[in-house]
Amino acid sequence: MKSPYSELTVGMLRTGILGFGGGPSVIPLIRHEAVSRYQWLDDEEFGDTLAIANTLPGPIATKMAAYLGYQVRGWPGALLSVAAHVLPSCLAMVFLIGFINVLSNSAIVGNMIAAVMPVVAVMLGQMAYEFGEKAIKGLGTVLGITFFAISFILLQTVSLHPGIVIMIFLLYGAFHFKLKEKLKNKRAERKEGSA
Amino acid sequence: MGFIIPIGAAVFLAFFIANLLGYGGGPASIPLMYDQIVNRYGWLDNAEFSQMLALGNSLPGPIATKIAAYVGYDVYGWPGFIAALAGTIIPSAVALIFLLKILRKFKHSPIVKGMSLLVQPVIAIMMLLLTWSMAADAVGSIGYIHSIIIAALAFLALGKFKIHPAFVIILAFAYGGLIIPNL
Repeated sequence: MKSPYSELTVGMLRTGILGFGGGPSVIPLIRHEAVSRYQWLDDEEFGDTLAIANTLPGPIATKMAAYLGYQVRGWPGALLSVAAHVLPSCLAMVFLIGFINVLSNSAIVGNMIAAVMPVVAVMLGQMAYEFGEKAIKGLGTVLGITFFAISFILLQTVSLHPGIVIMIFLLYGAFHFKLKEKLKNKRAERKEGSA
Repeated sequence: MGFIIPIGAAVFLAFFIANLLGYGGGPASIPLMYDQIVNRYGWLDNAEFSQMLALGNSLPGPIATKIAAYVGYDVYGWPGFIAALAGTIIPSAVALIFLLKILRKFKHSPIVKGMSLLVQPVIAIMMLLLTWSMAADAVGSIGYIHSIIIAALAFLALGKFKIHPAFVIILAFAYGGLIIPNL
């Protein structure tokens, strides 16, 4: 169980089999395997990866799986990671179509899947909190809250696509430190002038 | 057998296009896949598509790949299965790997540092909104009381006792299968 290949396989199998509720809801599960359990990358790198992945088209979970696999063991790792993540449910699609009525009309199956939703909500909420904490730490309280508010307005009120909002922030982020330094210099100049 | 390659290529292309234009992940590309599968190529009819979608929704894993696998296999057997999955996954995965490779190369530059700092508030809010919609879905399907009980137990298990999420999800299944029908 110590080889990186078997860790990738086990970790990504788990996220593929237990990820109910579509792509985005599996992100906290993937983060748990990648950051907490196997330490394939640190939390900041995970955040970057998630952000960039959101700016590209295509399913989010498979993009994340491919990148994590690549990070651990190059292209063979990427292939293995994606296969472990998607094959169980893809094969189930092919073989279970005969049982479609049993599965999609069963109240028990419906209840089981619905019971996972609050768990996913808690995981998403924890992830929101931890990224929020990090944002405040890195940006300071005032700037942090300002950017939370701007993100909220763009995502929820204006209903811009998350990929586009992320692109806007990436673009501003590229100039953030330069801008900060300029402001600092200006302030220092003003102080010198008044002194 | 002269049209083997065209069929495989058509399967690849259909899913490549649907996912490329489906900006916003799997669920966003479902209508585009519908357009390719039902309207353009006629691989499934309307009823078959909704039946397949119902099965997909009762299974775990990304929805886009489940649809691709099913339709690819239905149209052209295992080669179709592979072609459809390749069209869905490979282009965006390769693009992500190359983009991140470039960014990691310059990770000490203030430009990239600023970028990774500034995405954090957006991700936090994005996750918050997802939390909200997932919680609303849960309440809509199993009601307030069960949702709050499960969420509280999950919060304790994950946050306080640091139990692996896989285990917590399996416990939630058991709760859904055994307790919800009897209460």
